[in-house]
Amino acid sequence: MKIAVCIKRVPDTETRIKIADDGKSIVEAGIKFTLNPYDEYAMEEALKLKEAAGEGEVIAIAVGTDSSQETIRTTLAMGADRGILLRMEDAPHDVLATARILATELRDGDYDLILFGKLAIDDYSQAVGTMVGELLGIPSVSAVATLTISDGKGTAEREIEGGVEVVEFALPAVITADKGLNEPRYPALRGIMMAKKKPLEVRDVSWDSVQVELLSLELPPARAAGRIVGEGVAGVGALIEVLKSEAKVL
Amino acid sequence: MGTVLAVLEQRDGTLKKVSYEVLSAARQIAEKTGDVVHAVVLGPPETDVTGLGAYGADNVTLVGDGRLELYQAGLYAGALVESVNAAGSTAILLAATALGKDLAPRIVARLGSALASDVIGLDYDNGIIAVRPVYSGKAIAKVKLSGAAPVVSVRPNAFAPLSDSRAGEVTQVALGEGIVARSETVQVKEPATATLDVAEASVIVSGGRGLKEPENFKLIEDLVAAFGGDAAVGASRAVVDAGWRSHAEQVGQTGKTVSPKLYIAVGISGAIQHIAGMRTAKVIVAINRDKDAPIFKIADYGIVGDLFEVVPKLAEEIAKIKQS
Repeated sequence: MKIAVCIKRVPDTETRIKIADDGKSIVEAGIKFTLNPYDEYAMEEALKLKEAAGEGEVIAIAVGTDSSQETIRTTLAMGADRGILLRMEDAPHDVLATARILATELRDGDYDLILFGKLAIDDYSQAVGTMVGELLGIPSVSAVATLTISDGKGTAEREIEGGVEVVEFALPAVITADKGLNEPRYPALRGIMMAKKKPLEVRDVSWDSVQVELLSLELPPARAAGRIVGEGVAGVGALIEVLKSEAKVL
Repeated sequence: MGTVLAVLEQRDGTLKKVSYEVLSAARQIAEKTGDVVHAVVLGPPETDVTGLGAYGADNVTLVGDGRLELYQAGLYAGALVESVNAAGSTAILLAATALGKDLAPRIVARLGSALASDVIGLDYDNGIIAVRPVYSGKAIAKVKLSGAAPVVSVRPNAFAPLSDSRAGEVTQVALGEGIVARSETVQVKEPATATLDVAEASVIVSGGRGLKEPENFKLIEDLVAAFGGDAAVGASRAVVDAGWRSHAEQVGQTGKTVSPKLYIAVGISGAIQHIAGMRTAKVIVAINRDKDAPIFKIADYGIVGDLFEVVPKLAEEIAKIKQS
């Protein structure tokens, strides 16, 4: 089984965001960057499938700046066989442009399965993986929490509002991973040592037409200071009163 | 005159509440562009699509086919692209639900158009201007979409339904022939008791580690029940990671970002990643024994105290109001 896992380097979830002077980007200094959390589930699933098959290759692919090499190394330490960085200096804000770059890379790669995290916690579009499936003309299932693959076919379960959708498809296919798909492994020391020697290919790519222009990036409006309405059970009456008369939500 | 296409969502042949919000968002664009709002519903032929003029639809197309009862990605995307081509759309709007988040990128890839996901505000100035939370709500991006047929998915609860009086004339069409499905949704498994999804609820009561034991979520469920049908249970990452609650209920950066009318955080300290997911709630209430908990910094109203005493009392009082 040949499996691609498309990954992204993102600010850690505990990061406090500061807007840069250009009003269109964040201040990166002092931020801890990590592998996108949902991509960990994608990578774990790829490794499990390869282990279950007893053969195969897992390739981690990232679009980004040189700093993404470190993120690819993290996946190599988890167990991916090799990595590819599609290098660009300035990422497009148009998710379709990113999807096109990946589709071009993946098209003739002869992959049985292409995995993504369901969304990147920076951009939050939840779109690139599904777009890649469409661009390649192969099945895709997004936000998958349970995956079974056998005999060139797959069954995926995805959470929808108040239920779980069960989807059947044939390989090759694109799957985007939701939390709950598995328990991602931590890279062991041996894995980290081995990762340094695994191949990581860097290729420059560029994007041309974009139809999404970022006008501004701002911090969300600060919430007006709230107040403690009371202590213990005695506060309940006061809370009910303000929710009724002041907030008008009851 | 062009068309703003509003893609409405049905479940079991009934339109979802968020569909009226999509119509409202479409109307907002149409008022600026002078376009008509054309609603498209994909579903079984018996889907009830009457009366949509009252929510802002100028006309309505029901693509009626038994195969569209469940969400079938390929059939839905194919049918929608046909509708877009037929209507010559200025923009295509849908809801950022499980269905919408899967469908939007498919049509964008097929049409080669622009996408803005999970949008909370809209404007038009020689192109759609969309406001959307990024970094799961830690920042707000304003983007401009260009090119033909840009696609916008709107966050549930971000646009209030309208009260309008338009024709809303219904045409039913058949699913186009030759539309290919590359996957098949074979069933939807539903839990024994139907629950409202946390992303769609107007009132959310979320529990955190302060509840001490998974069984104590009963307190949260009781408070939710007191609010009635429009409320849902939420959970912090800590309790989801501990296996107390399902990921479907998680609010925060690796869970759901929500904008309810009322958010009640119970025994949740208020980690950055949690606050990111709920800070756009209209009113936030925090109940916590630690008066220095960060959650009180963003809450509108707080009660410092033992949740095991406060929450049952609150449920009792809410129930009284709801029953009166």
